[in-house]
Amino acid sequence: MALIRLSSPHVYKANSTANVMRLVLIATLPGILAMTFFFGWGTLIQIALAGSLALAFEAAILKLRKRPVGFFLSDGSALVTAILLAVALPPFSSWWVTATGIFFAIVIAKHLYGGLGNNPFNPAMIAYALLLVSFPVEMTRWTSPMTQNGGGWQIASFADTLQAIFGSVEASWYDSFTGATPLDALRHRGALTTEELWRSSDVLLNGVGAWYAVSAAWFMGGIFLLSRKIFTWHTPLSMLIALFLTASAFYGFDPDNYISPMVHLGVGATMLGAFFIATDPVTSATSNRGKIVFGALLGILIYIIRTWGSYPDAVAFGVLLMNLCAPFIDQYTQPRTYGHSSANRGMKGKN
Amino acid sequence: MTDFLLILISTVLVNNFVLVQFLGLCPFMGVSNKLETAMGMSLATTFVLTLSSVCSYLVYTYLLKPFDLTYLQTISFILVIAVVVQFTEMVVHKTSPLLYKLLGIFLPLITTNCAVLGVALLNIKKQNDFIQSIGYGFGAAVGFSLALVLFSAIRERVAVADVPVPFKGAAIGMVTAGLMSLAFMGFTGLVRF
Repeated sequence: MALIRLSSPHVYKANSTANVMRLVLIATLPGILAMTFFFGWGTLIQIALAGSLALAFEAAILKLRKRPVGFFLSDGSALVTAILLAVALPPFSSWWVTATGIFFAIVIAKHLYGGLGNNPFNPAMIAYALLLVSFPVEMTRWTSPMTQNGGGWQIASFADTLQAIFGSVEASWYDSFTGATPLDALRHRGALTTEELWRSSDVLLNGVGAWYAVSAAWFMGGIFLLSRKIFTWHTPLSMLIALFLTASAFYGFDPDNYISPMVHLGVGATMLGAFFIATDPVTSATSNRGKIVFGALLGILIYIIRTWGSYPDAVAFGVLLMNLCAPFIDQYTQPRTYGHSSANRGMKGKN
Repeated sequence: MTDFLLILISTVLVNNFVLVQFLGLCPFMGVSNKLETAMGMSLATTFVLTLSSVCSYLVYTYLLKPFDLTYLQTISFILVIAVVVQFTEMVVHKTSPLLYKLLGIFLPLITTNCAVLGVALLNIKKQNDFIQSIGYGFGAAVGFSLALVLFSAIRERVAVADVPVPFKGAAIGMVTAGLMSLAFMGFTGLVRF
């Protein structure tokens, strides 16, 4: 139907989906390594579990839809979804939590809409939001970083982690290895000011460094993808700036009640979200101007939901809410096409 | 003023009438196939919802309550809504025939939008005063419009996607509405009302 007219250069190698996904997989390595270092074997086991389940579900649904299984399976998009969900899940969450999430991500959020390229919502974030709403206890039992346990290297052993994920362990075991995340701790501060809380909370005093390190690792992966031109700078930069500016405004206004902007950038899923989730080419806005709007609104939404909402981290919900708005943003940010004096965007007039 | 703002945030985002309270689903599913009709519907519904919210409040406070006729509230609100819709239709017809043509059948259809009756009844249940009723009606309408416009933009995209045959059309629309509702759960707790 569409007549493709290309101008020079005529010889070039298009970036295939499989190639892009491979680069994304490589870029997640520093983040995964950092998480394994600070939170133990759980992350790796979750990735293996989620990855194999994702491939299995993808193959099954492709078979059901009578699509070429090998072709779509080898593009690696299911693996990327699985990894993004696996690093977002608490490392000790049970296998059925992961399985439910992967099923929802691959089958409902992706293939009911026609597979890769057609899904309006980010599959991994849909699964995360669903799990957070359905299993709040499992989803908020986050592993304490090893720096917090004083001893330096104390993380749960491989066998214990396997037992926690596939079998069952006593509640006391969870107590010694899991705790509040920095964002959790900062939400439930009672009558303390932010600074008093910072001095009294174990996770903030000793554990927050691990979170900063994990964020830095995701940031590195993101910069790698940016340098390979997998995505443009518009979405991550505008998101981080918007989050920083909103947080600075409130922090400057009342530092006793609001969290400092650097903490907002360093903890939680901010960096993972900015570089790996918000930049998803399928579910975010298309034009450069649209990407800036998308990122900026996402940053503001993350701040709002983190500060006043009732869920611990806001990246998943923020991304989903912006996915909702993406088609609408696209409609109003179409660039002017060459030869037209004004952009053809918005409502099409009365004719 | 803060009170008014809180009501707006509460009704537009936290307790969105369509995505959280599941009211007004018929126009939400029915008129969301195209962005432009969704826009027209949103404008008309906003006008009617705000006006009928105020009118039903006035009818309840100055007519039903003094005469001890509060058991007639449902039927009288339906009457008020029908009158407001008729009035809107006449005004739009006279002042802007173009908009009237654009809205077409959707204008009279607003009468059957359960969000309109829902707002009128909830106003009484929550014992909102005059100003609060305005805010509640307007907020509900803005929330409805927001959900409808965003939903229709997504549906335009899903319409050209390679959706499996059993899920084409309304089915994938329902799934999308469910996922939108999931996304809106992120606003839980912003305003405690």
